[in-house]
Amino acid sequence: MTDDLTRMGAAAMADALAAGQVSSVELTTAALERIDAVDGDATSGVHAFLHVAHEDALAAARAVDEARAAGRELATLAGVPVAVKDVVATRGMPTTVGSRILQGWVPPYDATLVARLREAGTPLLGKTNMDEFAMGSSTEHSAYGPTRNPWDPERIPGGSGGGSAAAVAAFQAPLAVGTDTGGSIRQPAAVTGSVGVKPTYGGVSRYGLVALASSLDQAGPCARSVLDAALLHEVMGGHDPRDSTSLPGGPPPVVAAARQGASGDLAGVRVGLVRELDGEGYQPGVRARFAEAVDHLRAAGAEVVEVSAPHFRYALVAYYLILPSEASSNLAKFDAMRFGLRVGDADPAATAEKVMAATREAGFGDEVKRRIILGTYALSAGYYDAYYGSAQKVRTLVQRDFDACFAQADVLVSPTAPTTAFRFGDKLDDPMAMYLNDVATIPANLAGVPGMSLPTGLADEDGLPAGIQLLAPVAEDARLYRVGAALEARLQAAWGGSLLDRAPAVAAAPRPAGDSQPLLREGAHA
Amino acid sequence: MADTPAPGPATDQGTAPAGGGRAPEHLDRERVAHLAGLARIALDDAELDRLAGELSVVLDAVAQVQEVATADVPATSHPVPLSNVVRPDVPVPGLTQAEALSGAPAVDEGRFRVPRILEED
Repeated sequence: MTDDLTRMGAAAMADALAAGQVSSVELTTAALERIDAVDGDATSGVHAFLHVAHEDALAAARAVDEARAAGRELATLAGVPVAVKDVVATRGMPTTVGSRILQGWVPPYDATLVARLREAGTPLLGKTNMDEFAMGSSTEHSAYGPTRNPWDPERIPGGSGGGSAAAVAAFQAPLAVGTDTGGSIRQPAAVTGSVGVKPTYGGVSRYGLVALASSLDQAGPCARSVLDAALLHEVMGGHDPRDSTSLPGGPPPVVAAARQGASGDLAGVRVGLVRELDGEGYQPGVRARFAEAVDHLRAAGAEVVEVSAPHFRYALVAYYLILPSEASSNLAKFDAMRFGLRVGDADPAATAEKVMAATREAGFGDEVKRRIILGTYALSAGYYDAYYGSAQKVRTLVQRDFDACFAQADVLVSPTAPTTAFRFGDKLDDPMAMYLNDVATIPANLAGVPGMSLPTGLADEDGLPAGIQLLAPVAEDARLYRVGAALEARLQAAWGGSLLDRAPAVAAAPRPAGDSQPLLREGAHA
Repeated sequence: MADTPAPGPATDQGTAPAGGGRAPEHLDRERVAHLAGLARIALDDAELDRLAGELSVVLDAVAQVQEVATADVPATSHPVPLSNVVRPDVPVPGLTQAEALSGAPAVDEGRFRVPRILEED
């Protein structure tokens, strides 16, 4: 019974809770038991979680069960447990951003999206693993050791939100929150066989997210189905007066769009194939599954046209200037004075500046240092115009490309990532090779448009999941859910069920008992 | 601030490209050390050597942005147009003193305890 409960999707859980067929305590207990059984630690298991909040989650589950028994009106997702990426501040629950510099830090406040989850009565299972400060495409850059892909423990689960995607794909959580700065929700979704959505920039509040690159960061849902993602999206989204870049108004009607799309009819919808995002370097199996998905869109009645975005080829390099520039500024707050790690102050002659430099040396991993230094260079006087200024101009050109494409098509499609999940260590020594994983997802962050990844099947050459990316104009998130749900319905009809039902069983790897955070894996950054 | 002058000019004007042209794409060890100083990261010798090599590779790649960033293209700093945002002028409670200090590495008499700012003369 417990296994059956963990394999239920969020929408099915919500229906079962409303019908009184199951309690939130049962669902939450099943999820926690699954985490305890398979999550393991930095050396074995999925290792999707940096912190498991047994007591907090069960207390929330009991509260919502009591409220339901008392006949109170509840939110749709009330009682459905959710995991949260460790970049999101959670009051009373450790938040580390996958970094040594914040090890053990317990925020005194909740991010707005967390406050909304708590208000909706969703028990928070814990905090999911991630590349340090969300810098990476593999979750190998976590200071606490990597997360393993549920499809193959020797392979990466994507990044930076590998923990959230793996938790969903390994049936540890029906839903998880991720953040996407250059593809960190969509790319992990693609390589784990799950669904991930980056909403329109400003669609979900960034208040309480540890900022990486403020003009690119966007929180969104990770789930096992399009409808489940929509349910989480609506709970988190909508205007927040605490975030000055938050869009006005409520969240877009994505749940209704997902339900509408599930009928599988896309008559009158124009789908644009982005010529520049299906080229050399894409794995044959990824391209083959993508082509089949496009055929399904045609079969659903969509008109498929080819569109061109000539400046997308510059998006990756513009991103790798804008991101480090904003990160070098955002991460200046980690100065060893008000929170987090402090190193080197035992010496009575130590100055604030020396303590700061020693702390940042000890607390940041290699990738974080590399990007801070690059950003410091790109913003320095004399180089600003050549690098950061030029990158911001590319941003304009990418936006114009999107405008031109969306004049010809309602949604754009491409493979989400060029390859299936690669093996640990394969790209660690070559930063540009690692960065290329985000080549298809980055344009959306530069322009602020919403994007979704959903599974297209398994690549023939390695039997691993591949994904299709859907993109829509700013504030038109609902189109992604309508088209995504239609495609999902047709693919699942062809497969005879969900792709994740075909994933190999995850080996048992007991998680160390208790709520405590795992110890740092020594030499994780050696 | 009392500080040893860092190697290299503080504002790199001497070697900067004019008008957004192609910039020098190789960061030597001394330049990386200077940047690390500006970023307040005490890199060790091995890290300086490795980063100088890696960053040069990355800079070679990212210099491509200059190919299309012509003078007639306006820069975009943000994906969604921003306007000034103000909240209603109503007082709301913030963190308590204890909450604000709760994550501090050192606290003394209800305040953040920090190392000295100035070196002794």
